[in-house]
Amino acid sequence: MSFPYLSVLTVAPAVGGVVVALLPKDKPELAKRVALAWSVAVLGFAVAMWIGFQANGPRLQFRESYPWIPAWGVRFTFAADGIALVMLALIALLVPLVILASWHDAENSRRSVPMYFALMLFLESSMIGVFAAADVFLFYVFFEVMLVPMYFLIGSYGGQRRQYAAVKFFLYSLAGGLLMLAAVVGLWVLGGHTFDWETLLKADFSTGAERWLFLGFFLAFAIKAPFFPFHTWLPDAGGAAPAGAAALLVGVMDKVGTFGILRYCLPLFPDASKYFAPLGMALALVGVVYAALLAIGQNDLKRLVSYTSIAHFGFIGIGIFAFTTQAASGAVLYMFNHGLATGLLFLVVGMLVARRGSALIGDFGGAGKYLPVLAGVFFFAGMASLALPGTSPFISEFLVLVGVFTVNKTVAVIATFGIILAAGYVLWMIQRTIQGAPNPAIEQVEGMKRPMSLREAVVVTPLIALILLLGFYPKPVLDVVNPAVKATLSDVGASDPAPTAGKLTVTKEAGR
Amino acid sequence: MSDSFKLPNIDYAALAPMLILFGVACLGVLVEAAFRRFSRARIQLPLALLGAVAALIVVIATADKRTVTAGGAIAVDGPSLFLQGSILVLGIVALLLIGERTLERGGSFVAQAAVTANTEADRAQAATAEGASEVYPLTMFALGGMMLFSSANDLLTMFVALEVFSLPLYLLCALARRRRLLSQEAAMKYFLLGSFASAFFLFGVAMIYGFAGRVDFRGIDEAIVGSPASPVLLYVGLSMLAIGLLFKAAAVPFHVWTPDVYQGAPTPITALMAACTKVAAFGGLLRVLYVAFGRSQWDFQPVIGTIAVLTMLVGAVLAVTQTDIKRLLAYSSIANAGYLLIGVVALNKDGLSSSLFYLVAYGFTVLAAFGVVTLVRDADGEATHLSRWAGLGRRSPLFAAVFTFILLAFAGIPLTSGFTAKFGVFAAGVESGQTWLVIAGVLSSAILAFPYLRVVVLMWLSEPAESTPSVSIPGALTSAALMIGTLATLALGVAPTLLLPITTKAAEFIR
Repeated sequence: MSFPYLSVLTVAPAVGGVVVALLPKDKPELAKRVALAWSVAVLGFAVAMWIGFQANGPRLQFRESYPWIPAWGVRFTFAADGIALVMLALIALLVPLVILASWHDAENSRRSVPMYFALMLFLESSMIGVFAAADVFLFYVFFEVMLVPMYFLIGSYGGQRRQYAAVKFFLYSLAGGLLMLAAVVGLWVLGGHTFDWETLLKADFSTGAERWLFLGFFLAFAIKAPFFPFHTWLPDAGGAAPAGAAALLVGVMDKVGTFGILRYCLPLFPDASKYFAPLGMALALVGVVYAALLAIGQNDLKRLVSYTSIAHFGFIGIGIFAFTTQAASGAVLYMFNHGLATGLLFLVVGMLVARRGSALIGDFGGAGKYLPVLAGVFFFAGMASLALPGTSPFISEFLVLVGVFTVNKTVAVIATFGIILAAGYVLWMIQRTIQGAPNPAIEQVEGMKRPMSLREAVVVTPLIALILLLGFYPKPVLDVVNPAVKATLSDVGASDPAPTAGKLTVTKEAGR
Repeated sequence: MSDSFKLPNIDYAALAPMLILFGVACLGVLVEAAFRRFSRARIQLPLALLGAVAALIVVIATADKRTVTAGGAIAVDGPSLFLQGSILVLGIVALLLIGERTLERGGSFVAQAAVTANTEADRAQAATAEGASEVYPLTMFALGGMMLFSSANDLLTMFVALEVFSLPLYLLCALARRRRLLSQEAAMKYFLLGSFASAFFLFGVAMIYGFAGRVDFRGIDEAIVGSPASPVLLYVGLSMLAIGLLFKAAAVPFHVWTPDVYQGAPTPITALMAACTKVAAFGGLLRVLYVAFGRSQWDFQPVIGTIAVLTMLVGAVLAVTQTDIKRLLAYSSIANAGYLLIGVVALNKDGLSSSLFYLVAYGFTVLAAFGVVTLVRDADGEATHLSRWAGLGRRSPLFAAVFTFILLAFAGIPLTSGFTAKFGVFAAGVESGQTWLVIAGVLSSAILAFPYLRVVVLMWLSEPAESTPSVSIPGALTSAALMIGTLATLALGVAPTLLLPITTKAAEFIR
């Protein structure tokens, strides 16, 4: 057996979390360093795993399986396909950067500083577990456990209205999770008393049962992602969470929703997926437009970025439910790129908010004059977020739209308006915060004169580099994602429509 | 066949655990008579613990016994042995809480219950006097009665057992050292409503006798297919029996006593009731429905199913509005009775084994929960109003963390026994086609998460108020009880395999 990458990757951060939590409270610096070193080591593991992954190998790789609850057929089964691998890499990359970016965040909150970083590591462990699990029960366990560290991160270390936001986040997710629990139980009973994902793949359900099971899972994922109309918790949570936790919440945790649809809803319930695809598509499409409109109206930077995310999740959603290879690959690539771009945006917003002491857009204005470098990074993050060509989100958005266009032109056209709206909210946000005449109130704030520190530069550089690199050369990620996406779509039994503009498609295929 | 009266064969080995408990209880009464007040408590607790441990050892040693003895009055089979063992284990932990005397001078029980509440004499005895040591023999009688209740194989034995464990509990409820009026009111309420429930039960027994001509479960089972009597007698009798049993199980609409009694009773007794009475009540319910009335399941399944839904939803919704931690836990215990009813209604082997698992898992968690409640105190005793718990996480992070873990277990978060237990009963429910109950179960769990979460928010995310009470350092006994309860909650959540094979093996009634 090869090296047990996935179980080590899941357990290691939790062990690190315990170590950090046990460090004395009066040594915050030590805790930060240990947490950072630990997460960098986890990143190293993830990189090694990526290298060891064979893009054209079997669908699920690094499979490990240990008995857990024999009476229910539950096993610790870990395995990753290309989609999961990409998400695991994203987590491993974002966590050290977030830890580094949140270096001073916990100090303002009068709470234990080591605990903040320990919670980050616990969160990393549970998020890795969600993506690495290949046993439905195990997946559910991580899906629920994941809420606990995030709940305390928001509730204990967040900004205004943090209690309300934390409870709302927890209850929404728990309600979805419990509906999924009913579906998990049903799946177990109807699927022959097993939780093994690969075995369940071959199970057959009656049409009615399959639709109910699909709905149980889909609702949980739609709340998690979140899709319209289950989205209202996200702006509250994203607005109240400390910037680092918000970056992880939106950048990674919410992807569990779209990942879950790809990994569980589509392959396990293919007929129901086709039956409900118009519903999924409609919810996602409404999200694209509606959330973008709401984003334009926000006056709080963190809430604004949260709304942009809901719009982006709409794009991912229509990519998934289009059932074409291009759209689905685009959606998965979008999940990765959105993690980079929105992660960056949240972290930069966090840096701005830390300086200004406020997240209200009205408190900024002309900030670029004082903070030219940070403003530049902010501008770049905004451009990446609106999917400017040359940045990686452009590729994914384009793939999604092209893939959707081949099957449903109306949806593609409406979604394209989402891009225009995106330009609207990003540009207006930038104009109101960093451009224009300097806000006289900023003059009084000492923090606004503090230029970008080396630590902050180290945080943003890898993200900027990756966004640019993948903007021009997405092949490394696409190569890993494509086989998994094709396998998923063949589970659903969807085939790409015959090309109508043959020439164009042929050249595109040749270009790959 | 001769008409002469023959002594029934009695398998003393099979009855040994109950005999030990009743023997120790009687011994305890003698101790009360023979020793001075000061030394009694020091003798009674070790005696009670010793008796319970000895009985537990016998239960474990005879774990493979399957027999009906005492003239068909008592069935010693898998479920009854498992339930006896659970009652004993949970009872031992509850005894630890009952025996705690370092938190408050003289323990949590009043010295002389007869002293009028709120008089000078009462205040004097509340301040200094040694608590009543009669609680130990009373507890032992109650535990013995519960064990008999879950092993009774005919309705009359069951009724006797019901009274044997109820009467000591009524008394115990009245013995709180503080808030005497509340405690007396709780005992009175419990006694009156409990008497009604017992009367219903007894009336039901008479009806069933009229239907079947017998009161033993095997006879009833045979009569359901063969009796020429009107089935109306059966239905009326069964509903009256069910009222009696569901009262003890605290199912809606027979739940109204629960919050008042849970709030008024001394907290260790509340813990005992929440853990052990629940085991006994559901043990009896399971045996009656599975063994005696299993053949008319199509008649009662929808009714009990409806009661289960009501119990879950009413318990969850009313828990949201509570402002007192003991009342909150009482409503949570009602909702949990609803989840347990899913396992009961499933009426299959999985339903039985998952109910057994649930009873043990919930018992440990609820013992730990009330254990923490005994610790949060101010000058007037326990501070149970929720507003007093604000900011507790700052004052005593360890206990707040333990309580948070327990609340997460109640909410059914994975890696706690609350989740594995719920999963078990839900799976059994779906398996037997009662999916609607499972849907109601998950919805009510979502509602119920809110009150739990509110307590977590209060403890961790609220600023401590001026009047935030301190968390007392628990004595060895409470520490042990807390530790056992919390560790069992964790262990059964992470590795339910520790218990699942045992419940699966035990889940087979004999007639």
